[in-house]
Amino acid sequence: MSVVSELSHIHVDHPKSAEARRAQRKAAGRDNKAGYLFLLPWLVGLVVITIIPLVASLYLSFTDYSLIEAPTWTGLDNYARMIDDARLHKSLEVTFIYVIVSVPLQLALALGVAMLLNQGMRGLAFYRSVFYLPSMLGASVAIALLWRQMFGTDGLVNTVLRLFGLDATTGWISDPKYALGTLILLHVWTFGSPMVIFLAGLRQIPAMYYEAAAVDGATRWHRFAKITLPLLSPIIFFNLVLQIIGAFQSFTQAHVVSNGTGAPSDSTLFYTLYLYQRGFGEFEMGYAAAMAWLLVVIVGAATAINFFASKYWVFYDD
Amino acid sequence: MTDLTARTELEPPPTPVGVTVAPASSRGGAARSVLKHLMLIAGALLMVYPVVWMLVSSLRPTEVIFRTPGLWLNDVYLDNYTGGWTALANPFGHYMLNSAIVVIGAIIGNLLSCSLAAYAFARLQFRLKTLWFSIMLVTIMLPIHVVVVPQYILFNRLGWVDTFIPLILPKFLATDAFFVFLMVQFIRGIPRELDEAARIDGCNHWQIFSRMMIPLMIPALATTAIFTFIWTWSDYFTPLIYLTDPDSYTVPVALRSFLDSTSGSNWGAMFAMSIVSLVPIFLAFLFGQRFLVRGIATTGGK
Repeated sequence: MSVVSELSHIHVDHPKSAEARRAQRKAAGRDNKAGYLFLLPWLVGLVVITIIPLVASLYLSFTDYSLIEAPTWTGLDNYARMIDDARLHKSLEVTFIYVIVSVPLQLALALGVAMLLNQGMRGLAFYRSVFYLPSMLGASVAIALLWRQMFGTDGLVNTVLRLFGLDATTGWISDPKYALGTLILLHVWTFGSPMVIFLAGLRQIPAMYYEAAAVDGATRWHRFAKITLPLLSPIIFFNLVLQIIGAFQSFTQAHVVSNGTGAPSDSTLFYTLYLYQRGFGEFEMGYAAAMAWLLVVIVGAATAINFFASKYWVFYDD
Repeated sequence: MTDLTARTELEPPPTPVGVTVAPASSRGGAARSVLKHLMLIAGALLMVYPVVWMLVSSLRPTEVIFRTPGLWLNDVYLDNYTGGWTALANPFGHYMLNSAIVVIGAIIGNLLSCSLAAYAFARLQFRLKTLWFSIMLVTIMLPIHVVVVPQYILFNRLGWVDTFIPLILPKFLATDAFFVFLMVQFIRGIPRELDEAARIDGCNHWQIFSRMMIPLMIPALATTAIFTFIWTWSDYFTPLIYLTDPDSYTVPVALRSFLDSTSGSNWGAMFAMSIVSLVPIFLAFLFGQRFLVRGIATTGGK
């Protein structure tokens, strides 16, 4: 079970009758002390590192706070300022485009390559390693620097294009039209990690389903649409939810490629990059906290929509 | 998905499952198989070409880097490495050491705290367990940005900015809940009869955990260690916030500061140190791939 389906099945194993509940409580009582002792580090972390900061950031979002003086209560002022903040709107636009384009592209490529590799091919382990490696390297500053060179005016991409006789003079990362595209490409390049998850899922599909379908004369497309896709849908859903949540929080690559500015013309100003500028560049901690809460609301809404939509396309075999 | 863990992931699946049920012995099948391999090889080359090119370019003078897309190296030019190593305020080894300290701390922290929590969730019955477990799952999906501002204020008050404590301490408190979940999944696959046998032999929970569970959990612990290694080594956001003194920089922050110190033009040195920074990740990937694949397959499945 994945994180996602665990959450949707969380209430399943509750015993129904009062008697069973009492029996469970009695059995449960035995381990209470041990349970909480084992859980202690996690509980302390939950309270100190997560819950208190969560509440504190909600409070700070209603204040003006620059770290030097005590926070002053300003009510909904930070949220009202967001409505008129053109750079915030731009950062939302950039982030939404990034999420909506890069996540489906990455997952489609991951699924396509996983299906190709799953056909009992020789060299599976080799191909899997080669495709998986970029997703381990992709989050690093080193690769972001490489991207900065590759997509520069005289970078690798243009050098290669010139070899083919093209007049390549576009600075991909300095042109607002293309800069975001290079970051989307970088995200797609890291398709290896969902691919590995898809490969594991494809192996779980019993071969007899395909054999039976072949006997019935099902076409290749039918086998994909009627067997592979439904049986893989929980895994696709899991990847979709986690990749969307992750993509909303992308930071490193945009920060390095634009040298912290979101340039050119704010075309790579990811939401978290703007949050970082306001919070840790200008030390407007109140505004940054309000922005963070807006991000939580957006990510929460995106996840809720995903869960809601999943009822119509995700198929649970169990 | 626990049965996945029983299989050696590097071997091909026992039954080739998939769209082509027909054997590839027919002429059309063989042609298609060759075509598929050609596609995959072309794709693989395209995927690794930028990284290999960066490696080769790190051994060329900067002027040559910008003219040469090829991968053939006529002579090896090592000045980028010697120059890049000393281009920043400290030798690059200083930043590698900083990163190593943080990574080792993070690995020890994650292994200890996540395995304790996972044992509780997977094997013990206690009040509000379902509630805590759902909270744990939700924290996996919570954006870190919503807690980062107050965390910064807290660690700043405690005088811990420019130390490694804000980077290491949270790991000892199991804040990387993803690994708790991964270990819970793994423990669920271990037969309960083993626990009961140990209990009958008079073991308490601590003994069951430390003497029996930990040795059995080694694959899950290895997965955790390797993922923690790779993610912490590459982590950029946290050190960027907490480490402002150049002496305390970890590798990613130091690497980025090349853009300021050489106005981003000394590509030879930047590429050389980029390659140096990727070597540990590459080695972890090479030797730990089996555990990475197994780990993400166990947690990622339905």
